Amino acid sequence: MNVRPIAEIFETLEYGPAPESATLANEWLDRHGRDFGLYIDGEWVRAEKSFESLNPADAKPIARVADGSKADVDRAVAAARAAFQSWGKAPGHVRARYLYAIAREVQRHARLFAVLESMDNGKPIRESRDIDIPLVARHFYHHAGWAQLMETELPGYAPVGVVGQIVPWNFPMLMLAWKIAPALATGNTVILKPAGFTSLTALLFADIVARTGLPHGVLNVVTGGGRTTGMYLVEHPDVDKIAFTGSTDVGRTLRTATAGSGKRLSLELGGKSPFVVFEDADLDSVVEGVVDAIWFNQGQVCCAGSRILAQEGIAAELERKLKARMETLRVGNPLDKTTDIGAIVAPVQLETIRGYCEKGTAEGATCWQPSGDMPSEGWYFPPTLFTNVQPAATIAQEEIFGPVVVMLTFRTPEEAVALANNTRYGLASSIWTESVNLALDIAPKIKAGTVWVNCTNVFDAASGFGGYRESGYGREGGREGLWEYVKPEWETKLEAPAHGEDARPESESEPESESGSSKAAVARNGKGGLPAIDRTAKLYIAGKQARPDSGYSLPVVAHDGALIGDVAFGNRKDIRNAVEAAHKAAGWGRATAHNRAQVLFYIAENLAAREAEFADRIRAMTGADADDAGREVRASIERLFTYAAYADKWDGFVHHTPYRNVTLAMPEPIGVMGVVAPATSPLLGFVSTVIPPVAMGNTIVAIPSEAHPLAATDLYQVFDTSDLPGGVVNIVTGKRDELAQVLAAHDDVDAVWYFGSAGGSGMIERLSIGNMKRTWVDYGRPRNWFEREQGEGHEFLREATQVKNIWVPYGE
Amino acid sequence: MSTTEKKGERILHTPPPFAALASAHDGARNSGMPLELDWVRDVRVNRSAVERRAATIGTRRTVKKQWQAAWLLRAVTDIDLTTLAGDDTPGNVQRLCAKARQPVRQDLLEALGAADLGITTAAVCVYHAYVETAVRALEGSAVPVAAVSTGFPAGLTPFPQRLAEIRASLAAGAREIDIVVTRAHVLTGEWEALYDEVAAFREACGDAHLKTILATGELGTLRNVARASLVCMMAGADFIKTSTGKEPVNATLPVGLVMTRMIRRYRERTGYDVGFKPAGGIRTAKDSLVWLMMMKEEMGERWCKPELFRFGASGLLTDIERQLEHFVTGRYSAAHRHPMA
Repeated sequence: MNVRPIAEIFETLEYGPAPESATLANEWLDRHGRDFGLYIDGEWVRAEKSFESLNPADAKPIARVADGSKADVDRAVAAARAAFQSWGKAPGHVRARYLYAIAREVQRHARLFAVLESMDNGKPIRESRDIDIPLVARHFYHHAGWAQLMETELPGYAPVGVVGQIVPWNFPMLMLAWKIAPALATGNTVILKPAGFTSLTALLFADIVARTGLPHGVLNVVTGGGRTTGMYLVEHPDVDKIAFTGSTDVGRTLRTATAGSGKRLSLELGGKSPFVVFEDADLDSVVEGVVDAIWFNQGQVCCAGSRILAQEGIAAELERKLKARMETLRVGNPLDKTTDIGAIVAPVQLETIRGYCEKGTAEGATCWQPSGDMPSEGWYFPPTLFTNVQPAATIAQEEIFGPVVVMLTFRTPEEAVALANNTRYGLASSIWTESVNLALDIAPKIKAGTVWVNCTNVFDAASGFGGYRESGYGREGGREGLWEYVKPEWETKLEAPAHGEDARPESESEPESESGSSKAAVARNGKGGLPAIDRTAKLYIAGKQARPDSGYSLPVVAHDGALIGDVAFGNRKDIRNAVEAAHKAAGWGRATAHNRAQVLFYIAENLAAREAEFADRIRAMTGADADDAGREVRASIERLFTYAAYADKWDGFVHHTPYRNVTLAMPEPIGVMGVVAPATSPLLGFVSTVIPPVAMGNTIVAIPSEAHPLAATDLYQVFDTSDLPGGVVNIVTGKRDELAQVLAAHDDVDAVWYFGSAGGSGMIERLSIGNMKRTWVDYGRPRNWFEREQGEGHEFLREATQVKNIWVPYGE
Repeated sequence: MSTTEKKGERILHTPPPFAALASAHDGARNSGMPLELDWVRDVRVNRSAVERRAATIGTRRTVKKQWQAAWLLRAVTDIDLTTLAGDDTPGNVQRLCAKARQPVRQDLLEALGAADLGITTAAVCVYHAYVETAVRALEGSAVPVAAVSTGFPAGLTPFPQRLAEIRASLAAGAREIDIVVTRAHVLTGEWEALYDEVAAFREACGDAHLKTILATGELGTLRNVARASLVCMMAGADFIKTSTGKEPVNATLPVGLVMTRMIRRYRERTGYDVGFKPAGGIRTAKDSLVWLMMMKEEMGERWCKPELFRFGASGLLTDIERQLEHFVTGRYSAAHRHPMA
């Protein structure tokens, strides 16, 4: 008992202790004997092994948590699969009622959740109470709405199935909600694997959800280690999708582990988010923004604004103000209501943070920490500011995941953008300026899934959250987040891939030198006794025909074996050149949508003018009859019209987030995309896969059908006459999967679409981990490109764009 | 810190280092400075961000138990106990003054160990007509009388009359003068006119304490609040005050935060300490704690004490007394258990 006299406090005006009671949380823990099982099929199941969950505030154990085994995961997946049969077919209204009930239960037990979260994770009660748990409830309410509206708003879409969800320790409950709410709303069943450090609120959640009468097996919680329990789930053959939030390294592991399996994968990974301060910003408000950016949740936030970029004229003043503010931050007991910065989740994380700070100092940066007290027990780290930091410094590049911010300076808006984008990540960013012109100029230029203007770390269920670049793919929240948990209904009708097919190219053609072989020479005899004029389709790079680096070409044979031409034998260097050309054509993404539409209409017009010629070519290559070949050309023209039409109609949204602001969800081009076109329907397949990303403003490196490449190579004359800027579409012919491999492994390619074999699909996914590029593959299940449902539409446009949410608060 | 030159004028939004100026006028009364229009026009206030910060001050901080009691006693000493009603009479002003002398029941002060702290309110605030009454009623105490002045609340009486009003109140014994500014000067950007007006009031005040009421509820935007705050300080205000209590919206935390930040910037720039007085709408003990926490967080403990901080309030005191009795007895209290003002 503190007996500090009132008369003394009357002078000093210090804050006393203001502890939040942990009594009810402890009672709940005691009721479970502080020893938890797994929640599978609506029951608590004992596991063979267990481990301790520790309180970061004092390093003492709180409870024992089950360590899920492979058999446990099997059981949970089986339960989820069984439950999916009815849950996946339940009317949206039924699911809406359950989600609504869950939201109510969360709200009813809000303080219990908040206290338990702070005990288990170390975050200040102010945050768990005022931010995390209210957002959790909001997420379930919002998605109760989506369940209700799914039949109306997502016609033709079905749930993905059984979903494995793996959440991190920094926002155990919030990430749980972000995962579970959209999954259940859209009819999936779930196995949730909480983080090993922080399992308790997920178990409380299961305990409480059980009271809503949610059908058994719809939600299962399997605790355990990431490398063990988590991987059992990831590798389980009957799991249809994995959703993960965590580090980019683990994201890579999961991408590798699921490659080629056909499992859907959404990843929300790390970040090194820029916090850009222009000289006309309200600097006092900026300082509070920094507090919210990096001293929220001890900086253990994937979207933490950990890189302050300050315009040179105000950098010194900002630094001074920031240091003054840091002196008033209170580091201490997470359950004290006056704590700003709580405890770091675990000693291993504390060591990581310390290591980065030592490295920062060793590399020449200046470290500054305020003079305030730190608790003697538990795992704490003071708020830390690094100045004199250069972009090359480790602490300016790596995600520290602690209360450590680095400050760099810039001269011009252009330089600010360059520095902001000088990172492998692209999760979030914030921009501080009083100029709406500047803010709305910079927001689209920063490569990040979320841009906060004059605010930071603001979240809502109605707004999609997720990364660009190595910060992952997929969105959570909003309409854009639903797509992660649904698939087109027609997909279920597709035939399974042929067994035993591997990544071998589909044709057996061998390269020939440009001089040609005698066999080829024979075949080249033209009509009327005259030798044909030799015509070898070159590569098409940067709007020009280019000879292949190899100096070889590949023969193209007709369906009957006759030689009908040659194409360039492209190799990795040609891909490299094509990628560079595609980057140089990035201005296409900034062209107006109307302008892009006009170009696509023009391509259609010029293709129509040569309809007969293209039909002949298709006949010659594939043996199609005249009707079918003509149909393919006409379908291709129509498809060009479709995407010309969409070019200026793939609008974004203004989300209804509960703040005074406009939350703009803007679909943006992904950047440079590799497109491996389907083998069949050589013209229609090429147009159907290359044109949607072009319409959306991407620039393309395309690999046409290996067997029938001439339909694509003929197109470049059409492109040339249709005002398509050079470099927007680059065509590299050759061995499909060899070229695809180079594209997939290229770290400056932002996405790859692959329509080919099952083996090739796996290869693409495996190789994508270098820069965590987005992939879209068909696992060797060919689409019918003539069917509109399969061959065109929203799915293509979604895969060709990424949604950026820009938060613009207003009010003078 | 670099000082940039533009068209021969010093750009003032990059003040010299804090430490260098903090002691320049330590404790000295604000003597003002020449009007710096560039600084005034350059002020940036982001309303949404300010509101966000204001909304979390009371959720990031709290005081409990004896800390709360001590803070509430501190709040009592910050109150300019006020009556500004058309039906004021000598009788109710005298009652108010008696309350100002002894704002908290003696038995409660003893139980709190605060009997020797000499707790009174910071001042009594009345219309000119009752200055003499109040001065007589407060004789023998240290509680000063503050007079609202200069055509309060609208401030639109003839200018010479407004100056005369100040002088009359001083002659009647007022030691503090709460003036109102001409809102039109702010709304039309006539900063020189505002500066001249306040400077004239300051001169008329002589040694008396000048509090300038901005009537923030009538200034339209937070940016105007910030600019008006700066101009009033440049013109020599001892305090800047939010409201008359007569505007539809009175003291709000976002407004208070903006004014406080301007006080901080003015201090960084000149070394002068200017006080802050939120007035109107502060009715609960909890409200008063949040305001004090804001002052402590933004400015430090010195700005929580009556030399640099006041509440313009009347009903607030009763709620504080009830909370103090609750702390002492553990039972919830009733208003009628405390002597009325």
